[in-house]
Amino acid sequence: MEANTEELVKGMLGGSVVCLAKLITQVENDGADVPEIMKMIAPHLGRAYYVGITGAPGVGKSTLTDALVAIARGKGLSVGIVAADPSSPLHGGAVLGDRIRMEQHFLDKEVFIRSMATRGNYGGLPRSTGNVVKLLDAFGKDMVIVETVGVGQTELGITEVADAIVLVLSPESGDSIQFMKAGIMEVADVLVVNKADHGNPEGIVFELKTMLRMSADSSREETAILMTQALNRIGIEELYQALEKCRQGKKCGQLLGQLANKEQPAHKE
Amino acid sequence: MKKTGKPIRVLIAKPGLDGHDRGAKMLTLGLRDEGMEVIYTGIRQTSESIVETAVQEDVDVVGLSSLSGAHNYYFPEIADMLKGKGLNQVLVIGGGIIPPDDVASLKEKGIKGIFGPGTPIKEVATFIRENI
Repeated sequence: MEANTEELVKGMLGGSVVCLAKLITQVENDGADVPEIMKMIAPHLGRAYYVGITGAPGVGKSTLTDALVAIARGKGLSVGIVAADPSSPLHGGAVLGDRIRMEQHFLDKEVFIRSMATRGNYGGLPRSTGNVVKLLDAFGKDMVIVETVGVGQTELGITEVADAIVLVLSPESGDSIQFMKAGIMEVADVLVVNKADHGNPEGIVFELKTMLRMSADSSREETAILMTQALNRIGIEELYQALEKCRQGKKCGQLLGQLANKEQPAHKE
Repeated sequence: MKKTGKPIRVLIAKPGLDGHDRGAKMLTLGLRDEGMEVIYTGIRQTSESIVETAVQEDVDVVGLSSLSGAHNYYFPEIADMLKGKGLNQVLVIGGGIIPPDDVASLKEKGIKGIFGPGTPIKEVATFIRENI
C-alpha cells in the first residue's frame, strides 16, 4: 500500500472532503490499494441509510433526489449522493449530468455529490458503487442516496447496494401488464409516480395497487405508492416518511435478502 | 497526474451571469466522444460552487467558459481557489470570447490553455492529454 493511501484514509476519517474524493477515485479506478482501504474503513461503517433511486431515463430521478436531499437536510441529516450515468460503449466517454439538477446543494458542506460513469458495467451502476457508498458511510454521512442510470426492466444492480429502493415512474409508464412483468417492479420498496401534474397519475397508482394486491406475497400490498412532483417539491416529505417507515419496518430489504440467498452478487463484500 | 488507462475526468463550468452555453455543451459532448467523463455544471455558477464541484468530483481538468467579458475576473480566481484547496495538479483551461490581448496574462495566472470559437475539439482533447 502506498503511504499516501493511508494518509488519505486518515484524512477522510478526519473529515477531509479532498481525501474522500481522492479515495473514491482510487476505488473507482480499481486501484491496487482498494482492499486495504476497505479494511481500514470497515470499523467505521454502519451509520448510513443507503437509499436507491431508480427508474427509466427522464422520469425525474435526479430532481427527486435533489428534493429528497432538501428534506433530509431540513431534518439535520448529512447526505452523500452517488449519481450514475452511462459510459459510451463506443469510446468509453460519458456525460455526467445528474449533478446539474442538485445545484441548490453545491455549497452545503453537509452534502457530498459524486457523479460516476458505469465504465462498461451492466446493471445500472458502476462496479465500484458498493465500495463508494461505504466510503461515504465511513465519512459519516447519515443518508447515502444512490441514483442509477436510467434503467429498463432488468437492471437490478441497485439491489446489491441499497437498503431501500425507490422506483420512479411517470404517468406515462405503462399499464397493468407492464407492472406485472418480472424484474424491477418486484424489487422496489417504494413506488413513486413522479410528474404527477401530467397525464393520469391516479390511473397508474390504481394499476400499481391492483398489481400488488394480486401478488402471492401479501406483504407486497404494504409497498408504499406515492404521487410526487419533484420540480414543485410536492409529495417529497411523504417520500421521506415512507423511507423512514421502511427503515424501521420489516418490509425493507426483505426482497434484497431473498435475492442474496439465491445468488451472491459478484462484487458485494 | 494522469491515471493510466482510466478515463480523464473533466469539469466544464460557466462562471458568472453569462447564459451562453452552446459552446460549453459542444465541448461537453465533444470531449465525451474523445472518451472522457465530462461533468457539466450548467450556467450561472459561482467560483465557489465550481471549485467545490471540482473537489468532490476529483476531476483532472476544469474547463471554464465565458462569453460575457468576465474571464479576467473569474478564471484566475477559480485557478487560485483550486490551488488553495491543494488541487495544484488540476489542469485549468478556458474558452469563449477571450480577446487575444488577455491570453498571455491569463496563462501567467494559471489558465494553461485558451481556446476560442472554431477550435476543433480534437485540438482541445490533445492539449488535455498532453498537459494532465
